[in-house]
Parts: sequence; C-alpha cells; structure tokens
Amino acid sequence: MDSNSPKSPEQSEKTKKYDRQLRLWGDHGQFALETAHVCLINATGLGTEILKSIILPGIGSFTVIDGGKVREDDISVNFFLDENDIGKSKAEAVTRFLLELNPDVHGDFIDESLQRIIENNPSFFNSFNVVVGTALSELEIILLSSKLWELKVPLLICRSYGFIGMARLQIKEHTIVESHPDNQNTSYRLLNPFPELKTYLESFDLDSLELKDLAHVPFVVILYKYLQEYRKLFGRIPKTYKEKETLRDLIRKGMKKDENGLPSAEENFEEAIKAVNYVLTSDEVPKEIVKLLTDDNCVNLTTKSTSFWIMANALKYFVEKEGYLPVRGVLPDMTAETKHYVKLQQIYRSQALRDSESVYRRVQQLLQQLNQSADSISEADVKEFCKFSHDLRIVRSSCISHEYLEKPFNSSYIVSNLDDPDSSMEYYVILRSIERFYSEYKEYPGNLDDHVEPDIVKLKACVSKLLSEIGSNSIIKDDLIHEFCRYGGVELHSVSSFLGGCIAQEVIKLLTHQFIPINNTIIYNAVSSDIVTFCL
Amino acid sequence: MSAEGIRSRQFSCLRKILERAGPVCHPDFEPSAEILNFISNDCKVLVIGAGGLGCELLKNLGLMGFRDIHVIDMDTIDLSNLNRQFLFRRKDIGKPKAEVAAEFINKRISGCNVKPHFCKIQDFDEDFYRQFSIVICGLDSIIARRWINAMLVSLLVYEEDILDQTSLIPLIDGGTEGFKGNARIILPGMTACIECTLDLFPPQVTYPLCTIASTPRLPEHCIEYVKLLQWPKENPFECSIDGDDPSHIGWIYEKSLERAACFSIRGVTYRLVQGVVKNIIPAVASTNAVIAATCVTEAFKLASSCCSTLNNYMVFNNVDGVYTYTYEAEKKDDCFVCSPFFRVKYMDLPHDGMKLNEFIEFLSGLQYQMKNPGIVAAFAERNRTLYMSGVPSIEEMTRDNLKKSLKELNIINGTKLIVTDVTRPTPLEIVIRFSEINN
Repeated sequence: MDSNSPKSPEQSEKTKKYDRQLRLWGDHGQFALETAHVCLINATGLGTEILKSIILPGIGSFTVIDGGKVREDDISVNFFLDENDIGKSKAEAVTRFLLELNPDVHGDFIDESLQRIIENNPSFFNSFNVVVGTALSELEIILLSSKLWELKVPLLICRSYGFIGMARLQIKEHTIVESHPDNQNTSYRLLNPFPELKTYLESFDLDSLELKDLAHVPFVVILYKYLQEYRKLFGRIPKTYKEKETLRDLIRKGMKKDENGLPSAEENFEEAIKAVNYVLTSDEVPKEIVKLLTDDNCVNLTTKSTSFWIMANALKYFVEKEGYLPVRGVLPDMTAETKHYVKLQQIYRSQALRDSESVYRRVQQLLQQLNQSADSISEADVKEFCKFSHDLRIVRSSCISHEYLEKPFNSSYIVSNLDDPDSSMEYYVILRSIERFYSEYKEYPGNLDDHVEPDIVKLKACVSKLLSEIGSNSIIKDDLIHEFCRYGGVELHSVSSFLGGCIAQEVIKLLTHQFIPINNTIIYNAVSSDIVTFCL
Repeated sequence: MSAEGIRSRQFSCLRKILERAGPVCHPDFEPSAEILNFISNDCKVLVIGAGGLGCELLKNLGLMGFRDIHVIDMDTIDLSNLNRQFLFRRKDIGKPKAEVAAEFINKRISGCNVKPHFCKIQDFDEDFYRQFSIVICGLDSIIARRWINAMLVSLLVYEEDILDQTSLIPLIDGGTEGFKGNARIILPGMTACIECTLDLFPPQVTYPLCTIASTPRLPEHCIEYVKLLQWPKENPFECSIDGDDPSHIGWIYEKSLERAACFSIRGVTYRLVQGVVKNIIPAVASTNAVIAATCVTEAFKLASSCCSTLNNYMVFNNVDGVYTYTYEAEKKDDCFVCSPFFRVKYMDLPHDGMKLNEFIEFLSGLQYQMKNPGIVAAFAERNRTLYMSGVPSIEEMTRDNLKKSLKELNIINGTKLIVTDVTRPTPLEIVIRFSEINN
C-alpha cells in the first residue's frame, strides 16, 4: 500500500458534526449561519421550537426577549422548561436549556417586555440578521413591524393557536442566487451554438459511424444533427406538437437497424427524442429573469446598489448583447463515451468561463462608475451569479403595520379570497380579530371554561368590525368562530413543533440567501394537515 | 403533590381541546376528562427509531400527554447525529440511542415513562407488538418499514371473514430527505399499507456496471469503480469497506482521484466519496421537526377522536416557500401483505419456461422488491426447498436449481409456493398461474 503519504483531507470535528446539512447548503451557507445573530421575542413553545432548529445546525448567536415568568401552563407546551422553573424568568430558563443543544452557539436573554425595549433603545434591533416574534399583541406587531421595516431587518411573526398556525414574513427585499430548484435548467444552446460548440457538433459524421461507435455519441450531437436536417427540410425550427413529432420521427429513422431490420434501441437516440421539447425552449431567458432584469433596482443603479443588483445590471448588458444568459458550464450525465462527454463538458465549461469573464468586466466598469471599490465583487461571485443566472430570485413583501394601521392596500386581495369558500383567508381574519380581542380584553377568547359562550359573541363583533374595515361583505361562519373560542388561546405542542420547523427553515433561507422564502403568509391547518400561502 | 395533581396541572392546554365541545369537531368526539386519562394511562405507543425523527417523536408524544411509550433502536450515537438529534450530547457518542433518548425524556417530562429497547425490531415477536395501541415509525430503512407493516397485518384477527377492529394497531410512518418529507397513516387491513404503495420507494440509484467499468463520466462513477471493483481486487485492509473508518474512506478517495485523473473527470471530493460509499442522505433538524410533529398530531387525533385524521398521505417540501400535498394512497385489493389471509394470493407469470433465477429476479424487481427470497414449493406429498440463499449449506444444495425452468422443477398452474424474505416476518404463500404453458 502506498498510503504513507495520505492525501485525503482530514475532516475537522465541525465538518463531521454538520456533514448532513453541509450537503444541502455548503460551507458558505454554513458560514453565513455561523456569523448570524437571531432574536426571538417571547419564549413560547413555538418560539423555542424555532430556536431549537436553528441552534442545532449552528447559528452564531441568539437572543431571547421575554419579560414573563414561567407559569404552570408554559411547561406543558415547552420542552425547554421544567417544573423547577416555575416562577423564574422565562427568557432565562429557556436560554439555559437551549444552550445545552449546541456548545458552538452563543445565547443570551433579556428579561424585559418588547415595548420597553423599543421605547428605551430604538436601535436595539439593528444588530440582528433576523427577528422572530411569537404570540405578539396587535400593538407589538405594529411597533415592531414599523421599526424593523425602517431598519431593513427581516421580521417573521408567527402564532400557534389550537390546531391552526400562522407565519408571516416581512422583508423589504431579499435576493437569492442559489435558489436550488428541483430541476436545474441546462441551456444546451443547440438552436444557436457558440462557435466552439458548433465546430464540435459538426465534427461528427454520424452516417459513417459503426453501430458500436454511434451508441457512444452524446445525445446533443444527435439532436443537433436532426435539428439541422429539419431546418433544411422545413426552413425553420419545430414549434407545434406535430412539428416536434416530425423531428422525433427523423431521429427514430436515424437509428441503425439490426440484422432483423428493426431499429436498435440505442439509449442516446432515446435521450435525444426525449430531450426535443426541452432543448427547443431551454435557451430562452426565463420570464422571471426577464422581469428581474427590468426591475427598477436593476436598471437604475445608484451608489447604494447592492452587489446583486450590480451583477444583475451587468447580466442585463450581457443578455442584450448576446441574446442569451451565460452558459452554465455544468453538463448533466448522458449516455456517452468518456472522451466525448469530457470534451463536451470542457466546451461548455470554457464558454461559461468566457461568459462570466465578460460579465465580470462589465461589473468592474460599473463599480468604477458607482465609485465602489473594485474588489467589493469578486470574480468568483460573478461566476456563481452567472452559473445560477437562470434561477435568480427576488422576494419583496409588504410592511405589516401598513396593513394594520390603514385600510389595507391589499384589501381587494383579501376580499376576493374571502369570497372563495375554499380559501383559508377566514383563518387570517379570525387570527387578526383575536389579536384585537386580546388588546381589548387582555386575554384570549375562551380562556376560561365559563367564558366560551360569551366570548363567541365578543369575538364575532371583532370579526365583523375587521371585515368591514377590509371592505368585505363575506360572513365568517359562527361555527368557525366557536371553534377558535374553544381553543381558548392554547398552544398544542405538536402544532407548534410543525410550525417551528417550518419557520426555522425560513430563517435559514434568509440567512444563507439560498432556497426561496415564503411570500409572505402561511396558514397551517393541523386538522386537514395542509398549508396555504397568501401574498398579503 | 399527587400524580393526579401534576398531570392536571401540566396538561391544561390539552384539556381545553379534549373537554370542550365544538360545532366542527368530529361527530364521534365526546369531550370528557376520560380522553386525557386514556391518552396518559392506557394508550401505549411504540416508537421505532430514536434518530432524527425518533427524538422529535418522543418529545412530542410526551408533551401531548402520552406517558406509556416504548422506543426501539439498534444504533449508537455518532458525531454526525448531533446537528439534529437533540436529545444527544457529545458525551453520549457511542452510547445506544434508545437508552439515552428515553433517559432524557423521562428526566425532562415528569410523569413520562419511556422504555428503551437497544435491539432490532426483528428481535421481538407478535406478543410484544400486540401490546401497543399505536406504532409510529421514524426509520430510514425501507426493509424495516415493510417488516413492521407486515407484522402489524399479521396481528389482525378475522371473525367469519370480518376484521375484528380491536385487533387493529394503526401505523403512522414518517420519512425525510433534506428539505422534503412525508407522513402517512396506515390502518392495517383497511387502508393502503406500505406494500400497497411500494412504488413510492424507487430502488436506489445505481449506475450500470459497464458505465462504471468502461465509460465513466461523473466523479460518482469513479468512486463506484473503486468501491465495487478495485477494493475487492486489491483488498487493501483485508476486510470489507467500513464507511466509518477514515483510513478506508481515505483509500477510496485517493484511488478515485487517480481514476478520475485518468479520464480527465473533475469533481471527486472527500465529502462526495463519503456520501457515495455510505449512501448518505442529507438531513436537517427542521424537516425532522415538521414530519415528526405531523405524525404525533395524527397519533393524538387517533387516540382522542377529537378530529378527523389525515387521509392518508402527506408530502412536504420547503425548498421553495412551504408546500404540502395530501392525498389518499389507494389500497390494493390483491396486496400480498394486507389483503385478508383467507384470500388466495395469485402470482401471474408469463410461462413455465421461466428459470428459477429469473423468477427470483422477478421477485426482486420493481413490483415486489424482495431482497433475498427463499423459495419452498408446497407439493402434495411434501414441501421441497427450491432455493435459499440465507443458509450456506442449503444454498449449495439448491444452487443447481437456479438454472432449471419452473416446469423442470415440477411447478404447474396452481402450485403453491412459500416465499420467505427479510421484508416480512412471516412467509408469503402464493399460488402460481402461468399465462402460457410450454409443451
């Protein structure tokens, strides 16, 4: 054995511990997590479940804000409290148990109410990357939402209420380079190959190849050949189903026949037939990207523009010049001989490099024009940006307090959803009404057993008032209002745990700038076990 | 303070849900204090797996009022578990998962009594499984899922061909992979079982041997080459591959790099080598939390009848927003596992010229996905073992049968075969029907 000189990189303890998640968001995603600071307001069962699922993967630090003392009720829904904590500071108690989850994570707590913090230290929230609020009152939501909107700190507010859960994201703008779509787009550029690709594709003479060699030709070469043939025959590229079928027939006819005169089922020909539809459209700039490239922030750069928008502007310039997005440079596996596949991969990769260099040069010009330092965007950043340019995303949400303070700007959206009997918008209205109820009566409807009936009447009044403010003529069923009063404001642990997992993942999305966050409200119904998304 | 006092104090939240009537509750639901009593004292739950899902399941059960809980897990704690299996700490590495998890829960949630079993599910018999009211699975193994599924079916009692409902133990099953997951409820004998929906578990991605050997294109092909061909040939450590031994992974990494270099293939990394060799499935805390919570919410609904249960399959994905999809997986009337025992199970084969090894391949194929079936023919005069790979002496004695056709083995239309496999605790009896008889 020649392993005297071990070349294998010894893994650190940390990469071993986080191995299963590094495979999802990479070392750079992990770095983003480890340098982030998240704030939780109110140490509810839901709140600690959220923190649990971001502490385990190694968030840098967290702060818990809760001015309350631990009550008997809290213990039954919160895993991070036990009997001995009754009467103690809730923020302190949960922080102690939460910190046991991961020694890499720093955590602290503030045993004070949110309102006091906002009053005494208005810039307090500036230092957080994400703020999560659970079980907030209407007033707290309004205060926090306007404050964080102004500070441009992302805010998630959420509530676990009986069998129903709700979460809402407030973020001015969130940009994503790595959205991790299930089907990554590969633009093969067969309709208009760049010169190196064209030369390569045309270097094959399929008709002269032996059956055994033909079986080793990558499908892109085959598809290109018959596409050319089709163009020669019909003078254009196939558009309709029938035309595409004609192209597929041409490919089928091109298969070599075996000794019995039957077409030999070669995998690469099959792959070419299957790829017809995809290859004919995959070179187009996706609609989402066209929209992104015409966004105001992309078109009108300022000295305050972020790297994302500077790169987007450079990308726009590239697309206008070339007619295409940069080549991705990643080739999916296909039936082919090694040398053909590797050669083809090299051709795409070199073009990807040329494309991203061209975008990078533009980025440099822009940085100069904007008086930003040349190294604020690296060549590697641009390479990544170009590689994922088919799947870039932006998320912008509304400001929650605007909706609470004025006649909601999105009221027509809410109204039309309420008109649909299958929509879950009524849950949104009831949860909002419950916030009102709490502000008015200082407790949740149905909190006490003998208050359920009278509270139904009071909650109904809150619902009607809110509906009229929104401008809806819809009626919310009494039965549903009754059901919410039956819950009496309780949190069910398994409902909180579900929601906690979802929201923790949203926090991770915001911190890593990978994957796509909710836009912007989800309602979880644990009875039907489903989630509905609203864009409020 | 009395035990009763602690409980009523702890679960005031559950009591609101369970002791108050409402207009949209399930019609069978009769609110009363008895329900929480039943959940806490009489509803015995078995959790299979104390890993990512298992830790969450135990916590959720404990906080939803369940107190009599058993947990089975045959694994010990590894460093790479700590990013999600939150009942374990560094100091616990190497200890049995079931034991550490049970101890933690019992300490944190007073009154909760989790009993650990550090062993395989196959170590227990019917009498053990019969004691539970609900079984919840948080497993990564499909074989184990199929085994427990078949076990619960085998506990069903029929009286005059009618299923005795008291013999039915619901199975709740969860699974995760990265940001995706699923949860389902199975009422054995009544709704789709694991075996009815085997097509939901596509066989693991494998690369054709010819690609690995002669036309590698991906770094994975190079790693598979070293793992499948070069390791057995060179046998560098004189043992089979241990994915947890860094020197083994190191060797495969170096050889894979060499092979990749020969073919100008890029992208062999240490992490990728580990992933391919150990078949690592990415996992995060958040998805496990979501799926385990769904399972326990459903267990709570089953135990309390407080609202209708999931019917019967939920898919979850939160890569792009948060997405759920629920649907009713269909029960197969002729399912080889869950159709009633008195119903004859026919297996249709194309013709009796089929060789025994082809038949075994058929059993291992997409439709039945058996692993190493042993086959006994039940002839009128006596049973005859046709093939059995498990026992070396029998394997040797029956090996020649593999090349014989079923006809040569005297299997005719209507012959009963008894098939054993790791995917089930009891043998499967099937009656063979040929579409075509070769004369």
